[in-house]
Amino acid sequence: MIVAATWESGGLGQAGREVLGAAVRLGATLGDDVAFAALGTAAADAAAEAGGYGAARAFALEGDYAASGAEGAIAALAELARELGGRAVLLAADEQGGEIGPRLAERLSGTAVTHATDVEVADGRLLWTRPVFGGKAFAAVEALVEPVVATLRRGAFSSAETMGGAAAVETRQVPVTDGAVEFIGSEAPQTGVALEDAAVIVAGGGGLGSREAFAELEELAGLLGGAVGASLVAVDSGWAAPERQVGLTGKVVSPDLYFAIGISGASQHLAGIGGAKAVVAVNTDPDAPIFTAARLGVVMDWKRFLPVLIDELRRAAP
Amino acid sequence: MHAVVLLKQILDWELPPRKFRIDQETKRPPDGLAPTLLGPFEQNALELAIQLKEGGVVDRVTALLAGPQGAADALRKALAVRCDDAAHIVVEAPELHDPSQTAELLLAAIRRLDAPELVLAGRQAGDWDHGQVGHLVAERLRWPVLGLVWQVERNDGRLLAWRSGVSGSEQFAVRLPAVMTVTSHSSLRLRMGNVMDLMAANRKPITTWTPQELGLGPEELAAAGRLELADVWVPEVERHCELIEAEDPAEAVAALLDRLGELKLLERLA
Repeated sequence: MIVAATWESGGLGQAGREVLGAAVRLGATLGDDVAFAALGTAAADAAAEAGGYGAARAFALEGDYAASGAEGAIAALAELARELGGRAVLLAADEQGGEIGPRLAERLSGTAVTHATDVEVADGRLLWTRPVFGGKAFAAVEALVEPVVATLRRGAFSSAETMGGAAAVETRQVPVTDGAVEFIGSEAPQTGVALEDAAVIVAGGGGLGSREAFAELEELAGLLGGAVGASLVAVDSGWAAPERQVGLTGKVVSPDLYFAIGISGASQHLAGIGGAKAVVAVNTDPDAPIFTAARLGVVMDWKRFLPVLIDELRRAAP
Repeated sequence: MHAVVLLKQILDWELPPRKFRIDQETKRPPDGLAPTLLGPFEQNALELAIQLKEGGVVDRVTALLAGPQGAADALRKALAVRCDDAAHIVVEAPELHDPSQTAELLLAAIRRLDAPELVLAGRQAGDWDHGQVGHLVAERLRWPVLGLVWQVERNDGRLLAWRSGVSGSEQFAVRLPAVMTVTSHSSLRLRMGNVMDLMAANRKPITTWTPQELGLGPEELAAAGRLELADVWVPEVERHCELIEAEDPAEAVAALLDRLGELKLLERLA
């Protein structure tokens, strides 16, 4: 059995379709069935939908997971994977997947593979591809001990295709944990379009030089109906919030259009934008690595370029 | 409270991609390709440890590192920013791809330290980028763990920590003893040690262990192995960027919008 598990609220989300897609293809190659587990306070709809995407069994693991950090989810998934005899558990490689993967693998006496971008089966062995050295290289790794708990990079695996129908959903409640980690609160969550779902992203880097400069990016993003992203340098400098970071240690995004403004293009940043349909880079340095990832490039100081672009778009706006 | 910060010395992560290479024999970057440095997230973890000491949350910090002989530089750096003690598990780098083996080595050393109650680790080492060691150490100690932390304070016998969550910052209370993995943050840039502290650091003793001395011979380490490195390669990067040739911003903007329209990349403006 291959188990796919994602956080859901309402219908099956994009991360869920990708993780399920990877599970269905892996299951077909290995001759294993797929079980899908939706986690969250309202997980039943997504679980039911998963049946139409190739999951043989569907589970809604309902509960308030935030309350215990990752502990509730780890306990729930460990129980399910043991019961189903899962050979692999697939999760999304986001902040939650990173918390769950290694510990879930440990509790199942298995192996965690993080941030996988591909999996191949050769002679029944699973070879996982993952970025290393900040995205400058890739490694193929094999788990010496099963089950494997793999976190999958967003945008690296194609979505499951719908075959219609729905699965009978088995609903379970999240196990009670010992309270060693207790949720206290969060800062007001981000407003507007989430980076992972944005069709247009306007991202700024070290070249912007200040928090104020990000306000100009907000304006451009607003005109394009997009979201603002940032490089690690910009986030570490305190110019943008950590949840705005795009890259290997931030969000992996796949917009139609990605504006990289004053971003030099460190590998760790490029690792987050491989899924963009087109990158437009604006940078003063023609040798900046960002131009290797860009479809269109403008070698110019953003301070000269951006105000004119914003004016032009404002004029064109209805 | 005694805190341990886990450090790792890695290849300079700012080495440009065009200079990065992998030796197919060793499946690793060739020796001497670039200097090795204390990893960026380990720097953040070290800075947080020092801030916790200054803030009275912990009263003692031990820097612990697994790595080759030369990696002791990172421990000198840690002593120079006023870590109280340093300990080095001397192991050649090729052993340290597998996070399970690395965790096993660190765990054996942590168990020999004087009753630590907090272990801080970087969120991921910038070489193999697994992001597993802190979590595996926690799980094997049966301690709670919180990842991607950037601020910690003491609150009624527990630690109150801010972390980066999916959609923003989240605050958790964590019971001790605990492990935390540390992410980068503007407040966690590693300070420089002053000259006097650097000189003092060079005179301080560093505890060293071989894996055997920690009870982890080749057989024990092999038994802890979970991940085999089958292949490593550098992807080919083709440059097919079309540069907009214009000196004047207005011309550049017009040319860019034209091309975006032709490529159907800005549908609503086309």
